[in-house]
Amino acid sequence: MTTTLSTPRAAGAPPAATTRVRQGIGERLAPYAYIAPFFLIFAVFGLVPLLFTFYVALFDWNPIGEHIFIGLDNFTRLLDDARFWNAAWNTISIWLLSTVPQLLLALGLAHLLNHARLRFAVFFRMSMLVPYITSVAATAIVFAQMFDRDYGLLNWLLGLVGVEPIDFKQSVWGSHLLIAVMVTWRWFGYTTLLYLASLQAIPRSLYEAAAVDGAGGWKQFRHISIPSLRPVIVFTIVTSTIGGLQIFTEPLLISRVAAQTCGAVRQCQTLTLFLYEQGFGQFQFGYGAAIGVALFVLIIAFAALNYVLSTRVRPER
Amino acid sequence: MNKANRVRWWTYLLLGLAVFACLFPLYWMFVVASTDSATATQMPPEIVPGGNFFHLAGLVLETVPFVSSMVNSLIVAGAIGVGHAVLCSLAGFAFAKLRFRGRNALFLIVVLTMTVPTQLGVIPQYMIISALDWVDTLQALIVPGLASAFGIFWMRQHIGATISDELLQAARIDGATTWQIFWRIAFPLVRPAAFVIGLLGFVTAWNDFLWPFIVLKSPEMYTAQIAIKALQNSLDIDLGLAMSGSFLATLPLLLLFVFVGRRMVAGIMDGAFKG
Repeated sequence: MTTTLSTPRAAGAPPAATTRVRQGIGERLAPYAYIAPFFLIFAVFGLVPLLFTFYVALFDWNPIGEHIFIGLDNFTRLLDDARFWNAAWNTISIWLLSTVPQLLLALGLAHLLNHARLRFAVFFRMSMLVPYITSVAATAIVFAQMFDRDYGLLNWLLGLVGVEPIDFKQSVWGSHLLIAVMVTWRWFGYTTLLYLASLQAIPRSLYEAAAVDGAGGWKQFRHISIPSLRPVIVFTIVTSTIGGLQIFTEPLLISRVAAQTCGAVRQCQTLTLFLYEQGFGQFQFGYGAAIGVALFVLIIAFAALNYVLSTRVRPER
Repeated sequence: MNKANRVRWWTYLLLGLAVFACLFPLYWMFVVASTDSATATQMPPEIVPGGNFFHLAGLVLETVPFVSSMVNSLIVAGAIGVGHAVLCSLAGFAFAKLRFRGRNALFLIVVLTMTVPTQLGVIPQYMIISALDWVDTLQALIVPGLASAFGIFWMRQHIGATISDELLQAARIDGATTWQIFWRIAFPLVRPAAFVIGLLGFVTAWNDFLWPFIVLKSPEMYTAQIAIKALQNSLDIDLGLAMSGSFLATLPLLLLFVFVGRRMVAGIMDGAFKG
């Protein structure tokens, strides 16, 4: 199973120039074999389960008992379920509170880091990746402690300026804010590095020409940096939509009691946590799957909306 | 922007604040993890580390099988790291340097899979793992994570940019098979990049929570993250306990990061597609 010596198959050459030579079947299938592991893994553990979710959602499905076909009953039940709408609202609220500040912060920091003469540049960049290597679980534990009503550092600092202790975990806005802080903390540095990489790819001559024309720092940022960053901004908006709407670990770990509902009145239960509660807490696989389908629709809708908004809205030149 | 100008003092001030925000929670984790519960619950809080770190760490080991959970995490993350380095390089090599029918369409599919929220299929995922009889095993965590679309995308960019077609052709003329070309020529040349992808896979696997939380049942199978959750659940109301576990579970990655963080930063920045 070897290629002929005289007419080697030009790897990577344009197809027109390639002379196909007779090869052993193993050689011809080699490229498919090399990419097969990923496709196999993705199919078995990613795509098939996702599609199967739509099927399971049509059943009253008990993991150790019967599963009975009930059509769309899970969905009609879902639409009447106040817990579902509460979780949907919590998910969107937490996502907005965590994504918007995160992207703006990253944009600003990338701008600051993109200075040719900045000292300690490596130190700054490395420091900003530290939250990313910290696990979500550890992040949730430490932030929940810092925001604690009785023993938290933040409430102590607020107390110094005369503010009454705030019970972040028990209130709706407080718990959303707390989770948003955790998400933002973990991801803003990573996003900063993505933006910085794009900024560094912009030719410096563009800025010099703009400076000659009298454009100041802000105008340069708006008319050169932002348009050049558009692809990566769209990318981060779409990925943070997909990831941000599936928040699970942070709300689960905020409090020890009523963890599956993120508190007594479900004040910060997200859709993924609701899915977990119904599927693995109550063993209602069908109903849990229906929540998964609903969240899927929500994610597709928001990702598409964000994509359209972020590609169509353009600053005036 | 102001590239030709001097760096203003407030640039350092703002970046310094950002660094402080990034590092302080880890410092705080250590502070609480090293004070006894009486100190941790006093007001005003103690803001320097106490001398109680080893006592709490010992308590962590008594409460949950923490050592075995760290070993489990190391096995899972290590296997996934190696899997990422090899499988993503292999697929990236195929997409960058081999010609085959459907290549572009298949690559597009790889990229698109990055936008598929597969976590929503977690209930059928669990059914599949059940059917394989893999519940409460480490391979249930390892196998699904062995390769990633991002890693393939990244290795394709890298291999396409760094390995010349002439080199591979020369090897081909010398009679090398495709596998030999990959393993003897291409892979050694991109080993540093494969190392970074392996690291990113390692870190992601080490920190993963939802899937291990669902799949693992018995304490001796826990990964470090699930052990943290178990510490939080434990009846012991010592505030420092979960913090101590969190700190211990983060420490290996912090140490690793000191040595390879620079390369991770460069890797993430190289992988970003540029405007």
